Amino acid sequence: MRSVLGQAWAIAAKDLLLEFRSRTAFLSALVFTALVLAIFNFARDPTAVSATDLAPSVLWITFSFAGVLGLNRAFSLEKENRTIDGLLLSPASRTALYAGKTLANLVFVGAVEAVGLPLFALFFNVPLLDVLGPLLLVIALATVGFVAVGTLMSSMAVNTRFGEMMLLVLVLPFLVTPVSTAAEMTAKLFAHRPFAEWAPWLKLLGAYDITFVVLCTLVFEFTLEE
Amino acid sequence: MASPGPSAAPVLDVAGLAKRFGHVRALRGVAFTLGGGESLAVFGPNGAGKTTLLRVLAGLLRPDAGTVRIGGVLLARGEASHRGRVGLISHHSLLYDGLTAAENLAFYARLYGLTEPRAAAARALADVGLADRADDRAGTFSRGMVQRLAIARALLHDPDVMLLDEPFSGLDQRAAAALRSVLGRLRAERRTMVLVTHNLDEGLELATHVAIQVAGRFVSLGPRDGDLAAYRARYAEATAGDA
Amino acid sequence: MTPTESAERALRRGGVLMAVGLVLVAGVYVRALAFTPEEATQGLAQKIFYIHAPSAWVALYLAYGIVGIFSVLYLFLRDPRLDLLASSSAEVGTVFATVVLVTGPIWGKTVWGAWWTWDARLTSTLFLYFIYLAYLVLRSAVEEPGRRARYSAVLGILGALLVPFIHMTVYLFRTLHPMPVVLQPGRPRVPGPMLVTILYSFVAFTVFYFGLLARRYAWARLAAARAQGEAEGGADATH
Repeated sequence: MRSVLGQAWAIAAKDLLLEFRSRTAFLSALVFTALVLAIFNFARDPTAVSATDLAPSVLWITFSFAGVLGLNRAFSLEKENRTIDGLLLSPASRTALYAGKTLANLVFVGAVEAVGLPLFALFFNVPLLDVLGPLLLVIALATVGFVAVGTLMSSMAVNTRFGEMMLLVLVLPFLVTPVSTAAEMTAKLFAHRPFAEWAPWLKLLGAYDITFVVLCTLVFEFTLEE
Repeated sequence: MASPGPSAAPVLDVAGLAKRFGHVRALRGVAFTLGGGESLAVFGPNGAGKTTLLRVLAGLLRPDAGTVRIGGVLLARGEASHRGRVGLISHHSLLYDGLTAAENLAFYARLYGLTEPRAAAARALADVGLADRADDRAGTFSRGMVQRLAIARALLHDPDVMLLDEPFSGLDQRAAAALRSVLGRLRAERRTMVLVTHNLDEGLELATHVAIQVAGRFVSLGPRDGDLAAYRARYAEATAGDA
Repeated sequence: MTPTESAERALRRGGVLMAVGLVLVAGVYVRALAFTPEEATQGLAQKIFYIHAPSAWVALYLAYGIVGIFSVLYLFLRDPRLDLLASSSAEVGTVFATVVLVTGPIWGKTVWGAWWTWDARLTSTLFLYFIYLAYLVLRSAVEEPGRRARYSAVLGILGALLVPFIHMTVYLFRTLHPMPVVLQPGRPRVPGPMLVTILYSFVAFTVFYFGLLARRYAWARLAAARAQGEAEGGADATH
């Protein structure tokens, strides 16, 4: 078990090092996030729709699309020089490969969210700080949910004809639960509703995360050539 | 069939390999045996299934039928320990352009569970004469240097069997000569090798055994018993009906 | 019997089952229009329900359930026919899902004045539709049959497990969100003769689904057998 974690960590560290050096995907995701937030805020009529009504949905649409943009990196970077073969040749287990890629994706998307969240608070003037703890929990759970599935899907999408487009098509149905439950909980948090009101959503998201993290880990090896 | 070398059990024992992709039968009953220090050169035209054969031997592809044994141990899908006994050099470098030479090797050393990854990487770099370029990104290397780095990568974990897939493709004279000398050294170290190529000029002199593969089958297999011209004739004859 | 002949025979048998199903479905129309009383509040438009509800049952549970089961079986057994069966079920399921998504708005507009009502069944079917589409698009984007089968199986399993989560998500939104009181779509109360018609329509649509599945699967087997015959005939000719 320790070696699986060690291998996963080595793979994740390598991915992050490569991304840190080139920075293109990260910067694109950041620019995308800022742009979407700005457009949403600018395009609405402030007298008709209050910011707090729209804000949670905007936040989650932005996060999920920026996240999916970043997911493609994980396996497309292994196409150059066929490094994926290098990974598959090694004794590294397929589970370690999945764990490493997912971990790298989580850090990547987390970093984008870490910049996007303050921007969001700025543009939409929402009271983040008093609900920051629970909000971060919601963000973390939802991110785990869509990154776990997205990483699996990107392993397949990268080998198909339409790459990025295919990833979107494959992932979108799986975003329904994480994104809508997260948006709902975010709305409840901004409105300072009691925990009991958003607890059912939390349970559903938690169940989704557990189910799909386990499932994706189990089926990942079938997405690799064999 | 190749007879086992001086060591008792064959290092590489392949029997009845078959693999199809959809309606294409890439491998149709390939079998051979190699002992320690023996090397097999497989020649064949494009589409003969040579790369498929190598990928099966490397454990990257699961055959529809047949077995591969390395040192008597059956190669089963998912056997991690097995993958440590095979090294692959192909015309793709399997290296990350964005990482330095040292980082590339240290990464692979970690994946192979070597105890001191950085030290192992440094040693491997020195072995192929790239120690002075250790901290340069692999993306800045010339084709010949990339090939040397790829060899270092393949040898890091001291594999029992070396697989080479068109290793000379894209190399200029100097780099090809350098590669030949490395392969000669590997042979002297009594490593077992399987090299596939469509070019008879490459690797014939390094091989102890020669096979000609056409349309998924070995139409000829045996110890090397002729010179380049003889094999050219045989190859032409074997591939004549395939045009 | 060669694979081609066996597939052709399966095609004929599938055709028979499909014809039977079609007759039964026609029977649904007859029964619904001529032998079932009209519902009090909604009038004639309510009869769309006899098409809408069984189609939803087939699309949401039956068809995708079969996709999921045969996807798992394929990953264990690697028999290409299992993959053909799963993909055939996905295609047929998409057809039924389309029926749901077309009859739903027609019903909604006629009775409640709104094309789309975000009710539980319609919303779930919409998201399931996206999974179906993803499955079909994925298959069309992968050339090599072995990889296509593997990828489809992975998506089939994940999709099958997603269905209950979509249901639960929709359910949470429906129960915990105040819905406009005017729009209250859902299952109407069912007196005797209507119950019989509903049960009959479920049976009819189920038979029709199996007929379509058998026929589509046989077509897929035939296409595969013919392609294989060509490939092998060509290859053997030169050696």
